[in-house]
Parts: sequence; structure tokens; C-alpha cells
Amino acid sequence: MTDIEQLEATILDDIHAASDETALEGVRVATLGKQGSVSALLKTLGAMSPDERRTRGAAINALKDRAALAIADRKAVLKAAALDARLTRETVDISLPVRTGPLAEGRIHPVSQVIDEITAIFTDMGFAVAEGPDIETDHYNFTALNFPPDHPAREMHDTFFLKPKEDGSRLLLRTHTSPVQVRTMETQKPPIRIIAPGRTYRCDSDATHTPMFHQVEGLVIDETTHFGHLKWVLEEFLKAFFEVEEVKTRFRPSFFPFTEPSMEVDVGCRRSGSEIRIGEGDDWLEILGCGMVHPNVIRSAGLDPDVYQGFAFGMGIDRIAMLKYGMPDLRAFFDADARWLKHYGFRPLDLPSLYGGLTG
Amino acid sequence: MKFTLSWLKDHLETEASLGEVVEALTMVGLEVEEVSDPSAPLKPFVVAKIVTADKHPNADKLKLLSVDAGKGPVQVVCGAPNARAGLKGVFALPGVVIPATGDVLEVGTIRGVESRGMMCSERELGLSDEHNGIIELPEDAPIGVSFADYRGGSDPVIDISITPNRPDCLGVRGIARDLAARGLGKLKPDPLAPVPGTFPSPVPIALTFDGDDTPCPVFAGRVVRGLKNGPSPKWLQDRLKAIGLRPISALVDITNYITFDRGRPLHVYDADKLTGTICARLGKSGESLLALDGKTYAVDENMCVIADDAAVLGLGGVMGGETTGSTEATTSVFIESAFFDAGRTARTGRRLGLNSDARFRFERGIDPGFVVAGLELATQMVLDLCGGEASEVVVAGREPLLNKVVDFPLAEVKRLSGLELPAETITGTLEKLGFSTTGNGDSRSVAVPSWRPDVHGKADLVEEVVRIVGLDQVKATALSRISSVSQKVLTPLQIRTRRAKRTLAARGLVEAVTWSFLAKPIAVLFGGGAPELELANPISADMSDMRPSLIPGLVAAVKRNADRGLADLALFEVGQVFAGDRPQDQSIAATAIREGSAGFSGAGRHWNGSAAAVSVFDAKADALALLDALGVDVSRVQIVRSAPSWFHPGRSGSIQLGPQTVLAHFGELHPAVIEALDAEGPIVAAEVILDRIPVAKAKAGRGKPALALSAFMPVSRDFAFVVDEGVEVAKIVKAVQGADKKLIGGVDVFDIYTGEHVAAGQKSVAIAVTLTPSDRTLTDEDIEKVSKAIVVSVQKATGATLRG
Repeated sequence: MTDIEQLEATILDDIHAASDETALEGVRVATLGKQGSVSALLKTLGAMSPDERRTRGAAINALKDRAALAIADRKAVLKAAALDARLTRETVDISLPVRTGPLAEGRIHPVSQVIDEITAIFTDMGFAVAEGPDIETDHYNFTALNFPPDHPAREMHDTFFLKPKEDGSRLLLRTHTSPVQVRTMETQKPPIRIIAPGRTYRCDSDATHTPMFHQVEGLVIDETTHFGHLKWVLEEFLKAFFEVEEVKTRFRPSFFPFTEPSMEVDVGCRRSGSEIRIGEGDDWLEILGCGMVHPNVIRSAGLDPDVYQGFAFGMGIDRIAMLKYGMPDLRAFFDADARWLKHYGFRPLDLPSLYGGLTG
Repeated sequence: MKFTLSWLKDHLETEASLGEVVEALTMVGLEVEEVSDPSAPLKPFVVAKIVTADKHPNADKLKLLSVDAGKGPVQVVCGAPNARAGLKGVFALPGVVIPATGDVLEVGTIRGVESRGMMCSERELGLSDEHNGIIELPEDAPIGVSFADYRGGSDPVIDISITPNRPDCLGVRGIARDLAARGLGKLKPDPLAPVPGTFPSPVPIALTFDGDDTPCPVFAGRVVRGLKNGPSPKWLQDRLKAIGLRPISALVDITNYITFDRGRPLHVYDADKLTGTICARLGKSGESLLALDGKTYAVDENMCVIADDAAVLGLGGVMGGETTGSTEATTSVFIESAFFDAGRTARTGRRLGLNSDARFRFERGIDPGFVVAGLELATQMVLDLCGGEASEVVVAGREPLLNKVVDFPLAEVKRLSGLELPAETITGTLEKLGFSTTGNGDSRSVAVPSWRPDVHGKADLVEEVVRIVGLDQVKATALSRISSVSQKVLTPLQIRTRRAKRTLAARGLVEAVTWSFLAKPIAVLFGGGAPELELANPISADMSDMRPSLIPGLVAAVKRNADRGLADLALFEVGQVFAGDRPQDQSIAATAIREGSAGFSGAGRHWNGSAAAVSVFDAKADALALLDALGVDVSRVQIVRSAPSWFHPGRSGSIQLGPQTVLAHFGELHPAVIEALDAEGPIVAAEVILDRIPVAKAKAGRGKPALALSAFMPVSRDFAFVVDEGVEVAKIVKAVQGADKKLIGGVDVFDIYTGEHVAAGQKSVAIAVTLTPSDRTLTDEDIEKVSKAIVVSVQKATGATLRG
């Protein structure tokens, strides 16, 4: 074995023996570095004859190349192994719980969600959203709505009054959203199409009543709208809101001072246990009150009832929320129990729309 | 309003089934609340005969019966004194529910002898209070037949809710009229023959008002003498019992009957207890009445009373008096039939808290055309049931007939209902309801019957026609679209309200809806409690005042949850707050509260970093994020130390555009306030008043301003300034920005330090400044130059020194 062959064997052994990149770098320096064994061998060429130098030089350079290649190969292996080792080292317990962040924690109250749903449906039918104050006058809450003074119809409203003023007059908390009808007619010219969702108050508190609740009023005033239109609007609304193909409705004559004719609307449903399914079955469930706006109301808002006509309706928002989403108890709406809000509430980005579906 | 099916058939000739009657009632607007069959509980009881009655072997007072109920002899132990062989009575087998107790009858062993059933008393069946013995039926009662059937079949009781506009249906006849119009049968004729008087009324009557008779425009009456009061006949008692009234005596039962049969309240006085003239007049203060309900009521000048020369006898339209009422001993009566004004009757009843069947009818509107007729009807019934002879009728005043006539263009029906009906259907329907129509052609004169005070005009007539013809006849008609594509309809405030809710929810807060009212002391604590915002009739003292802020309601919610073991809550509400009682005093607040450790990133302990207690900065972040989402440029707002008193004075602030435009408050709640709310801290709150945010001016286009992006590398340099602890960091940041507005693109505060390396009373504020060149790459000299300018600017503004 020549000395070159011997040296090469030694170098290859050393490369192979290098267990990490640092050791391999040591081998590289000891071999190919300025003071390395191969470099030392190259230095011996200067003292040789040209012939000898040619053959010997080629052999040493070949050795140098093979050594460099072997080092590079070994380096790649070691690097891969080191990476593997690192990855193994870096393994974590992915079963650990994480915080999902605010979007997953936040909730929208069902009342807000249902108001958004109602708004989506009615705005598509050309309705705007109107508002009025919670603290109302007797005029807007009753008189302008054709409630005669002292009439029992007023008493049926269980009105909350504010403390009387010095002149004896007293304000009240609106008992329904209907005052918005008059306020709207006073400030807007027909054609009018509005809904007015909001808080309403009645001095009543038991298993199914709360002193505060939510209603949505609807009002259409123009020169042609009749009861047939009212029927259509409500039927279309009920289908869209309950997200069913068909609903059966039953309009029963009733009485509200501010509409004439007045009706209550029942919707077809199926009851099984505590569950109520709208759009199926043969039972009826009273869902809202409505009618053609009373001529006196149109008149009290400054319009001529022989020219203008239209309809109005009022519906309990909490109630239709309960029917759609199955909450059993109205009182829980206003109790703010975190568990209830989490369960019945909606996620921040559950934005009801007609194009994306009210409930996605 | 309750009535029985047979009672209805007194007025309505019909073959309709109960189901058809109920359906028709519903569809004409007389909403059926309940249909019950009082005889239903009696169905399982059977007619049975006592075959043998022997002495009980172990008890002297008990008997051992063998009872035949049609299925062979049954052994029964019975204690009734009248139990004897041959008696036919009412028998219950084990398993039957006893109406009086609601208990299920079981096989029993009484003194060692088995009893397999029960012979019943009237009380056990809920028929009367009779319990001295078992029921005795006639000899011919058929054994084995259901007692309910034997007793005379069932007479279902129908309970309907009458809307306040329909006083005419507070009498059975009015209901029958509606059903007849609907086509359910024929309204039976009502021949009311006047009862001739045989002597002048010995009781004079008068209306003594001061010129204005409206409280009682007509008062009619007559005497019936030589009568005998006693229990009323069974049919009458049964009817009254069926609708929940207690039979008292024939005279009282007659007035109750006519109240429910005709909606005509009456009063019967014992004529021997009256003194002088009976008059209708206004009350006088100081007067009082011991009413039929046994209570004494104070009378005032606004009430209409009936009085004789001695005392007040009754509250007009509300209730009669105890002392002049009829008794078993009464032999001579004065029957009163009057008309009392609806509004005054309602006020009197409300004032006194006194409800009665009479008030219920008078305040809704009695038929003014049935005052004398009602008196005649009552006279006839008194003569029929109690005997005696009637005096002539005396009438003071006149029946206040309105004789309303409505000009009714028939096209109104179509205009309002969309329903196209032949003229004869319209007029025929109205006539069946008692209206009379005259004229022909497109418009008719329609006379309104006296019993329909609710019908005033054309729309009322349309309702009458449509509800009788059927609302189901109207076809749904599509509303025309206003525009092909729906327009934007929400107002800026409505958009903000919705966006505020979604923003706060997206920040991890949970929306609550809390009461609009709260306890007065709490309202005061939050700047409210003004007298004009206090309810006169709150449900409870906890709900007495309109809320000035959403914070207390949310804190109360936190407290309720804490009491249920639920902590670390982040809640928000977007809703109305009240600064006064005018519409413009009401505004929409968006309020976020965080409790415990409920920060933006999560709450509570966690292996990857536990949440710290919430602080003023959590609230500030909520407020600013919300304002940002609502379109406010938060780089331009002022943060000032002027939060209201319910905040911690050192850990709170207000966000304003200027002193006149305060948009929000944020901070930790004042510890004393938390204590007053009985809650536990830390609780932080941010309250933004949405109405105060200025509406952005409408822009011509929707395009955004052009974006100039620099092609040159930004450079970041850190500075640490040492300043007095009282110096606000915002001042330093502002000074930095002011050093070179063009070049300085960003200023971040990344550390605040106080401690051993800084002198006492001072702090070190570490700031990273990002330099963003727009025209060339920065040289070391450029950077050096701007750095110097920054240090000088900060030094000048705050007295800071650069930390070595």
C-alpha cells in the first residue's frame, strides 16, 4: 500500500468516525486545511522532479477531491441526522388546551340577532327602520292611537307611569311600539314602509310576562295598500323568518283601537311536548296582532284617511325568538346568566342576511 | 264571558255542533278561551240500586250493602243514615275520581270488611253542599246508566274573551246575533211585551244633576209588590252555577241572569227600606256606601251615585248597597234600570278598586236602547218567579240614543280589505247584524244599532262585513317592490348600534339585555335619579328609576353570575340610557365591562400564561377599538382625566374630540361604587355614547385616498428617557412625533421602568421610533441628526434626560 493509499484510508476512517458536524469540520481542517495532511503531502511536490511531480501530483489531487467529496457526503448525512434529532427534541404535547380567542368567546344576544333577522327580511321588502323614545306621552301611546280616555282598552295595557309633573300631566313608558306609527306619519310623507323594533314596558311580571319586553311594529301607508297586502307581507315574513317552505296562517278578527279592521294572526304549528314546530301540523299558535290603520290614527297624524290607507302590525320579538330557537322561559332573556347567553347567544360573525341565510 | 250551549240555543235556532259553534265564534272574532263540560267528571258514575242493606258486623253506625250497578252484586260498606234496601242512588266503582276531593276511589277495608265501591252524596259529586246522606234517585232510574246521562246530558260551558269594543257580546243574545249573521242558524225572535202596571209607582225617582245629565241620562224603575223571594228555580241556578256564579235568591239571580243574558245590569232594592225619592246624582265628599261586597267605599264629587233621601244606595254602574238590597224577607221591590256614562263608571271603579259585572259592562258601553226593555224583561221574570204585582214604569230622563248613520260607499270594502263582494252580500251581512241600510247605488246609508257603540264610520262597517264573510276569503296580494335592488335604509345610529354589538362580541364580550330601570340609590350613584325619571308605579323598589348608565345593570348581572359560581365575565350591552324625560334625552350607550381576569386574550389561569387582573387599560382598549370600528379616527381623540365619579379617580379617563364632545368614559370602577353595588372587583368598564359620535360628511365617491408606499428601508432606533413619574407618556410620544413629522413613521412605547436603576420619583420610558424615508435611503448622519432632534424635542417638552 502506498503512502497515499494509506493516508486516504485513514482520512476516510476519520470522516466516517466524525459523529457530528463539528468533528467533521475538525477532520476537514486536519486533512484539507493549510496545515492538513493532504496539504502537507502537496508541499512535498516542490522537491520532486517534473515527471515524478506529474504523476505524484495527480494522485495527491485526486486524493484531495475524493476526501472533499467524502466530507461533503458525510456532512449532508450528519446535517440530516442533526435535524432529525432536533425535530425529535422539539416535539410537544399537542393535546394541551389552547385559548381560542375573543371571537370564540363573544356572543350576540338572541334579541339582537332576531332584530337583525327581522330587519334583513323587511328591508328587502322596502321597509325602513324607525324608532321612537321609550318614555312617551299619553298622546302618542294612547290618544293619537284612538284609545278613548278612560276606556278599558287603556287599562289592559298595565302602563308604567312616571311621576306626575307639577301641571298634573304624566309621561309613561310606552306599552307598545305603536307610538312610532304616529311619530313616523307626522314626520314622513307617504308612501311609508317602516318597521320599528324596540323595548316596550308593561307593569306585569309572572312566569310568562316581564315588565320589559321587545316588540316590532310594522306600518305601511300609501294610497292602495289593503288587507290582502298585509296578509301577503306577514305570510312572506313568517316563511322567511322561520325558514320554512310554507306556513299556514289564520287571521281572526280582533280589536285594537288603532286598527280597523283588526286581526290576530295564528300560525300553523305542531306541538310535541314542549317543542313547537312552525310550518307543520294542525295546531294554531297566536303570533301577532295587526289590522288596517284606523282612520282616526291616520287623521291624528295629519293625513286624510279617504286618501291614505295602509296596515300596521305588532309582534313580540322575544316571543318569536323563543319560538324559533326554543328558549323555554322569557324571564331568562333579561337575567344575563352567562351559561344561557353562551348557549342561546350567537357568534359575532353570525350575520343574518337573505343571501347567506338567516342562520347560515 | 261564559255561557252554556243550551243557553246560546235560547237565542239561536241552530243544528250546529259544539265544534262548529266554537269555530264560528273564533272566526267572527269572539276568541274561545276554553270549552269545558261540567258533567264530564260525572260520566263514570252510574245509577245503582241497593239490593240489601245489613248491619256491619263490627260497627254500629256502618252498613254492609249489596249494590247492583248492572253487573252483578257488589259489596259496599256505607255510613249514610239513609242507605237502605231498595234505594236507587249514584254509585262509584274503584278507580273513579271523586270530584269533591280529586282522589281516586280504591278498594278499601273498613272495620275488617272489604268495600268495593261507594254510594255518593251530592257533595262528593260536587253538586251541592248536601252531605247528610247519599243521593236518592226516583224509582224509575235505570240501573247501570251513566249518572251524567241520566241527569240530563251535558251542557258544555264556552268561555270566550270579549274584546273591549264589543259590549253587545257581554250578553248571550249578542253572541247569538253574531253567529246567526255568520250563517250558523237563526236569531230567535225576542217578543218583549211590556208588563202593564196595575198601580202608580209609589217610589218617586229623579235625576238631580246640575243641568248636565250625562253621568246618568236615563233612570227607569218600577215597584213589584206582594212577591215572595226564595231560591230560584233549578234551571236558573244551573245556568248561573255553570258560568261560575253562586245562586243567592230569585231576585238577585234574576238580575245576574239578565246581566249575562242581555248584557243589561239591573239593581233590585227592597222597596220597604227606601226613604223618599230615589235620585241619580253626583256624590258628595264625606258620603260613603256599604256595598254588596261587604266593604265601605268613600264617595266623591266625581262619582255618580243612586241615593234616596236618607243615604247613598249605590255607586252608579258599579255596585249597589248592602242595606237596601233584597233578602229572603223582601216582599216589595224597586227594580232599577239605568244608563251610566262609560267613562265616569270606569273612573269610579278604578278609583275605588272595585270590579263588578255591572262595571265591566257599563264602562264598555251598555245598549242605550235597552233600558226600559230591560226593565220590562226583569219585571216579567220577577212576576214569573216570585209572583206579586207590578206598578207602572217611571222614567227620568231619556235613553241617550245616538241614532248614528254612516254614509257607506260600498267600494270601501274593496279599498280596505281587497275583497270584492256583491252589494247584496254587504248589505245583507250588515242587516243580519242589526244594521239597517237604505238607498241603492254605490253608496248606502247605514244606521247603526243602539247596541254597537264601537261602530262609528266606514272602516268599522268594513270590519263588520269582512269578519262575518270571513277574513280567509281575502287573497294574499304581493306588495309592489319600491326599487329593484333593496336600498340602504338604516340610519347612521342604527348602523352604529348593530356594529357596536358585533364589535364588542368580536372582542370576546357577551351581550346581555338588562332592565331599563333600576333602584333609585343606584341611579343616583350613576348620576341619575332625577324626579322626572322616577316611575310612579314600579314593579318593585329595585326597578324604580330609568337608568342613567348601562354599567350598574351589567354589574348586577356580574353579581348574579358570581352568586351562581360564574366568575371572570366580560359582558356588554348596547341600549338606551336616560338623561331626562324628553325624546332627545334618550341616547344609546354601548357599554363593556370586564370582571376578574376577563381580558381580551382570555380569562383565568392557563398553562400558557394566566390572565392578569383586568385594568383600566383593558377598558381603554375596548373603548378605542369600539370607536375605531365606528369610524372615529382614534389617533386624533383626546384622552383626559375627567371620568365621572363612579370611576376610580386615578385609573380612569374620558375620550373626547373636544371638551364639548365627550364620546366615552373608561376605567376601573370606584371601589366604593363596587361595594355599593354589592359586587366584587376588579371590574372595569367602558361606556361609549353612540349618539355623540359625529356623523361623517357624505363623500362624493367611495374611493379611498391614494396610498404612497416608500421604496426605501425603514429604520428603527430605540431611546430610553428618564422623566418625573408624573409626566404622561403621551406627552413624550407627542414630542417624539413632533421632532420630524415627515420622517417619523411610528412611535412605540415598549417599556416603563421604575426601580433601583432610576432615581426615586422618576421613571424610564423606552421608545422605539421607526423612521420611514420617502426619497432616499437614510445615512448614518441622517439618523444621527433626527435622533438628536428627538432627544431635544422630548427634553424641551418634558424635561427628560436620555438614559445612559
